Amino acid sequence: MSILIDKNTKVICQGFTGAQGTFHSEQAIEYGTQMVGGVTPGKGGQTHLGLPVFNTVAEAYAATQADATVIYVPAPFCKDSILEAAESGIKLIVCITEGIPTLDMLVAKERCDQLGVRLIGPNCPGVITPGECKIGIMPGHIHLPGKVGIVSRSGTLTYEAVKQTTDYGFGQSSCVGIGGDPIPGSNFIDILAMFQADPKTEAIVMIGEIGGTAEEEAAAYIKANVTKPVVAYIAGVTAPPGKRMGHAGAIISGGKGTADDKFAALQDAGVKTVRSLAEIGNGLKELTGW
Amino acid sequence: MNLHEYQAKQLFAEYGLPVSTGIAVDNGPDAKAAAEKIGGDKWVVKAQVHAGGRGKAGGVRLVDSPAEAQSFAEEWLGKNLVTYQTDANGQPVSKILVESCTDIAQELYLGAVVDRATRRIVFMASTEGGVEIEKVAEETPEKILKAIIDPMTGAQPFQGRDLAFRLGLNSDQVKQFTKLFLGLAKLFEDFDLALLEINPLVITDQGNLHCLDGKINIDSNAMYRQPKLKEMHDPTQEDAREAHAAEWELNYVALDGNIGCMVNGAGLAMGTMDIVQLHGGSPANFLDVGGGATKERVTEAFKIILSDTNVKAVLVNIFGGIVRCDLIAEGIIGAVHEVGVEVPVVVRLEGNNAELGRQVLSDSGLNIIAATSLTDAAEKVVAAAGGAQ
Repeated sequence: MSILIDKNTKVICQGFTGAQGTFHSEQAIEYGTQMVGGVTPGKGGQTHLGLPVFNTVAEAYAATQADATVIYVPAPFCKDSILEAAESGIKLIVCITEGIPTLDMLVAKERCDQLGVRLIGPNCPGVITPGECKIGIMPGHIHLPGKVGIVSRSGTLTYEAVKQTTDYGFGQSSCVGIGGDPIPGSNFIDILAMFQADPKTEAIVMIGEIGGTAEEEAAAYIKANVTKPVVAYIAGVTAPPGKRMGHAGAIISGGKGTADDKFAALQDAGVKTVRSLAEIGNGLKELTGW
Repeated sequence: MNLHEYQAKQLFAEYGLPVSTGIAVDNGPDAKAAAEKIGGDKWVVKAQVHAGGRGKAGGVRLVDSPAEAQSFAEEWLGKNLVTYQTDANGQPVSKILVESCTDIAQELYLGAVVDRATRRIVFMASTEGGVEIEKVAEETPEKILKAIIDPMTGAQPFQGRDLAFRLGLNSDQVKQFTKLFLGLAKLFEDFDLALLEINPLVITDQGNLHCLDGKINIDSNAMYRQPKLKEMHDPTQEDAREAHAAEWELNYVALDGNIGCMVNGAGLAMGTMDIVQLHGGSPANFLDVGGGATKERVTEAFKIILSDTNVKAVLVNIFGGIVRCDLIAEGIIGAVHEVGVEVPVVVRLEGNNAELGRQVLSDSGLNIIAATSLTDAAEKVVAAAGGAQ
C-alpha cells in the first residue's frame, strides 16, 4: 500500500514534448513509472519517447484510461491545463509548474473540488511511491521503499528528509510535495488523512514553512485525528516579516504565519518538532524507537 | 510588488471611485503649481513611499498655502522617510502627492485580500477606520465585517449592500458603497491584486464616501500579464541588491548578519539560515540559486552576497538531486576564481556524486572548506565567521 499512486498507476504528461516534459518523463520511465502517453496540442498522432502524443487531455484519457496527469506547462497556461485535465475524467492532477497567478489558482482549485478531482501542487516536486511510481521532478535514487510518509511545502527540504530516512534505513511509503504557493491544490490535512489511513505508513514527517496558517490547521487536525507518530520541522525561524522568501506562500504578513507560532501549535498537538533540519531522521528514531 | 498611493488612486479614479483631486510632483515649484491648479485654501501634501505610518513620521502635512506645499516638497524630496514599517534607513522620497483637502465626518476601513484558508478573495469592512486594522482584528474581531467572494461568480451587489447596512450607512451611502465595493472587486481581479486597502474610507461632512488613502499590492506571479502595472514599478523603493538579484532570477533577501548563504531551493535556503542561527551564527541573507546552480548563476550569486560588506564567510549548501555534485563543485570553483572571493567559503554538497564533488573542491587549492554534513557545515561557517555570538 501507499497513498495516491502505486505500481499500477497509469500516467500521462501535459507539456510532454517540451524540454521539461521530455526530460522528466524520461526520468520517470527509467524509474519504472507507467507512462502511457502525453498531450501537446497540435502534435497529436506523433510518437514521443515511444509513447503516443494526443492533442487534448480528453483524447489521451479516452485512449489510455490514465489515472494521473503531470503538468509541466508554462505558468501562463496552467489554469487552462488544470481545468482541461479536471474536465477530462482523470482523477489525479500533479502540477509541477512554479509562478501561476494566485487568482488563476482560486478558480482551478474550486473547479477541481467541484469535480472531485485531486490536485497536488502547483510549485511542487510532485509525488513518489518509492520503487513503484514517480510523478514529478524529485531525484528517484535517494528514495527507499519503506514506512515513513513525508509531506512538505518545499522540494529541497523534502529531499533532505528523504535522504535522512533512507540513511537510517526507514525508507518512505510515499512522499508528497504540496508546494510552496499560497493556494495549494491539496493541503497538509488532505495528505495527513491519507497517511493515517495507509497501513504501510507507520510514521509521518511533516515539513512546513512560514506564511499562512496551514501548519496550525494541520496541528489541530493531528490532535483530533492522527494516531501515528509525527515529526515536524518548520523552516523560516530567521525570516524577517513582510518579505517573500522565494516561495510565493512563504511570507509573514500582519505578524501571522511565523515559524514560532507553527512550532508551538504542533508541539501542543503532541507532534515531535525538530529545530534543525539535520535532525529529522534522528527525531523519527527517538520518537519511534526504531 | 507595491504601488504608491498616487498610483493606486489613479487606478481608483479610472474605475470611477471617489478620490481627491491630486497631482504627484517631483520638485518644489511643481508642488506650488499643483496646489494653485487644484485650488481652494487647504491642501494635503504626502510623501510617496512604500510604507505605512507616514503621518506619524512627518511625511504627511496639512498646508494653508501653495508656498507651504513647495517648502514641504523641498524638505522631503531626495530624503528618506523612516516610519515604523521601514528599516532604519527608511525609504527614499521621489514623489510628493498634492491633494485637495477633504472634510471628515467619520472614518471607515475597507480592504480585500486573497484569504489562504478559505481560498477566496475576502473583503473586510469596519467602522474602525484610520487606525491599524491588525489591532482591530486582534482586539475586537467582531468589528471586522466580511464578504467572501465566490471565484466562479465574482462579487455580487447584494454582498456590497449587506456590508453597507451592517456598517450602519444610510440609504444613499449604501448605493455609493455598493458601487465602490463592485468597482474594487473588478479592479482586484483585473489587476491580479494580492491586497487592497482603503484606510481610511471616509464619510465627508456632506455624507459622501471618499477614498482618502489607497494601498495596493500585486501578485508578482501575475506581472507578466500586467504591462500597465509594470510601468508603475518603482525600483527605488526596493533594496538595490534584491532588485539586481531579481534580474538574474535569483531570490535574494538581505538580512543583517555576517554569514552569506547560497542554497538551491527556497525551503532549504530558509532551513540553512535557521541552522546557521541554531549554531550561534547570524545569516546575512536568504538566497535561492534555483535548481540549475550553473557556474553563471553561482558567479552572480557570489557577487551579490559579497556586495554586502558585513559578510565574513559564505556557506554554500547544495542538494544535487538530478544535477551532479562534481559539476556543481566545478561551477563553484570557477565562480570563486572569477569573482576573487577573499572570505572563507564552506561548501556542503549532498546527493548525486557528492563525494566526487567534495574531492574536486579540496583539490582546487582555493580557500574552500568542504563540509561532510549540514551540521558540520553550519559549525564550520560559524567558526570561519569569527565564532558563535
